Amino acid sequence: MDIGSRTIKCVLLNGHSMIDYRIADTGTDPIGNARRMMNGLNHDTLFATGYGRHLAREFFNCSILTEIKAFAQGSVFYYPGCQTVIDIGGQDCKVIRIANDRVEDFEMNDRCAAGTGKFLEVMAHTLGYPIDKFGVEALAATDTVTINSMCTVFAESEVISLIARGENPPSIARGLHQSIVNRIMAMLGKTGYGDMIVFAGGAAKNSCLVDMLEKKLSKKLYIPEEPQIIGALGAALSSNNKKEEG
Amino acid sequence: MNNHEKMWQDLGLDVSLHNEVLASIDRAFKNTVGAQQKRSEGMGYFDHVLHESHGDRIAELLADKEKGKKIVGTFCIYVPEEIVMAADLIPIALCGGTQFSVPYAEKTFPRAICPLVKSTLGLAFSKTCPYAPIKSLAVGETTCDAKKKTWDILAQRVNFHVMEVPQKKGETDVNLWHFEIREFLKKIEETAGKKVTTEKLLETVRIMNDKRRALQRLNELRKHDPPPISGLDALVVMQAALNDEPVRFTRRLNELNDELESRVKNDFSPFSKSVKRIMISGCPSVMGNWKTHALIENSGAAIVIDETCTGQRYFNNLVEERPNDLVGQLSAIADRYFKINCSCFTPNSDRMDAVVKTAQDYRANGTIQYILQYCHTYNVEAIRIEGALKKANIPSLKVETDYSEEDTGQLRTRIEAFLEKLG
Repeated sequence: MDIGSRTIKCVLLNGHSMIDYRIADTGTDPIGNARRMMNGLNHDTLFATGYGRHLAREFFNCSILTEIKAFAQGSVFYYPGCQTVIDIGGQDCKVIRIANDRVEDFEMNDRCAAGTGKFLEVMAHTLGYPIDKFGVEALAATDTVTINSMCTVFAESEVISLIARGENPPSIARGLHQSIVNRIMAMLGKTGYGDMIVFAGGAAKNSCLVDMLEKKLSKKLYIPEEPQIIGALGAALSSNNKKEEG
Repeated sequence: MNNHEKMWQDLGLDVSLHNEVLASIDRAFKNTVGAQQKRSEGMGYFDHVLHESHGDRIAELLADKEKGKKIVGTFCIYVPEEIVMAADLIPIALCGGTQFSVPYAEKTFPRAICPLVKSTLGLAFSKTCPYAPIKSLAVGETTCDAKKKTWDILAQRVNFHVMEVPQKKGETDVNLWHFEIREFLKKIEETAGKKVTTEKLLETVRIMNDKRRALQRLNELRKHDPPPISGLDALVVMQAALNDEPVRFTRRLNELNDELESRVKNDFSPFSKSVKRIMISGCPSVMGNWKTHALIENSGAAIVIDETCTGQRYFNNLVEERPNDLVGQLSAIADRYFKINCSCFTPNSDRMDAVVKTAQDYRANGTIQYILQYCHTYNVEAIRIEGALKKANIPSLKVETDYSEEDTGQLRTRIEAFLEKLG
């Protein structure tokens, strides 16, 4: 289980086979929603990761591991030998460098929501795009309006000013996606990255982010079919480890 | 603590705000140090020292003052306590470790500056520091920029002496430091209104060496696997060392050491045998600040040694005793203190070796470099430290933080991920 700040993801694993997965909003009752999600998912052991893992341990008495380890394990499962994972989640973004299928180094976003799913959500709303179309619209833009503010709140104000000035919304959208890509590139600069880079987390479904990152990195990104559940899958895979976390 | 309210009132403190400060520190203590299991009985004394640092200790110091002993406030372990004590003055470290007072400093001071400086100033500015009105002299030093420029401001309000700590460790720098030690002696004698005798200085050198030996003994015990005492508790002892009367402190510490030795004999520890051993290296954690130590140990690791001002740098190296030789004794004091590897020195290469050697001596599985926000010297030095540790196959994580609770979630994840990596 990956209890994030925005969504809870659950993966039911048997050995090396994923039997089922579920995604739901965390809402204001993470434990209640987690319990409801697990209804019908009969399991022997629970591993929890994400923002709410300590809460999960308190209520479910389960083992826990960080999202860093979970995403690394999940990515290696789908793409053995991968060297880097980019994860953009609801309220965090991180880059993980992997060596010998183990976490070698990592960078996480600092104290703010810049570069996260939240940033995209707020901006999509301001520009009037549904979140699942935001990337498509941005990708279709023919030019980019650079956004100066990194801060989600100030960037929103900046976007409103740009709209008022008559700037082209898709171009603004593209600029916003560029901001996120710049942030990720800075983090990759610190950790280093190899040839095989996995892009996970909800934002990996955003075609504009994928396109921009691939162009910047001059590499094809490896994107799992359901990128949001990689953390929960990675957590479940801990059952195959010799030592349990806890 | 109500029986001290009159004392605080008489000292001119803002009593109700001061009560809030104490309550805030108490809460932080209860959630960290106080929440531990299997603590040694001897820790009760050191908890008490911290708890009463604004209460009973002040009352004790006021009584000392009546007997003619003045109080000297310090902000750095470079200031030689033996010289202060040799003139019958009482040195007390005044560094602040509470987030509560930080906003009071931010009214006038830049936000983007060392949290330790802000916390200390905040206590002074908000009239919640009982040491401010009772001290006769404050001693600063030219270590980092933040402190150096803070003295400009504080010297406007209090009797202040600044020791020039050099920036390098070459020949002219050694001479400068020896000169500063002699100048400091003059200032201390002027403050005390009496001369320091050779015999008295030797006596205080011995008192401080005894204290260092007791602390060294404590820290030798942390080499055991698993250590008989937590890093949090070892930190509490260090924080008490910066405040308590030294002879009494040393006696009580040696009692604790005896208890810890019997714990080792009986294979008793607050940790499990397989606990990950972590070295902390970098900035100090002064009274009120238990945040990062607690986060690390609550994540299932044991902090086995601190390469910090509130750790090794305080008690490493004794002062060579030079009986019947005042000039020689002063020189030996200067020599001992000059060995402290503060990042304010350039290039400070000795610290690279010291950090690696310490990590190896303590069989640390990993090092956490603890950097206070905006601390440029330790932050930049962290790059070379990480390199030196990597060469010695010792993994490290840099943690940059302040006193607030804002980043607790982030820190926990980083620390836990680092510990997972060591597994």
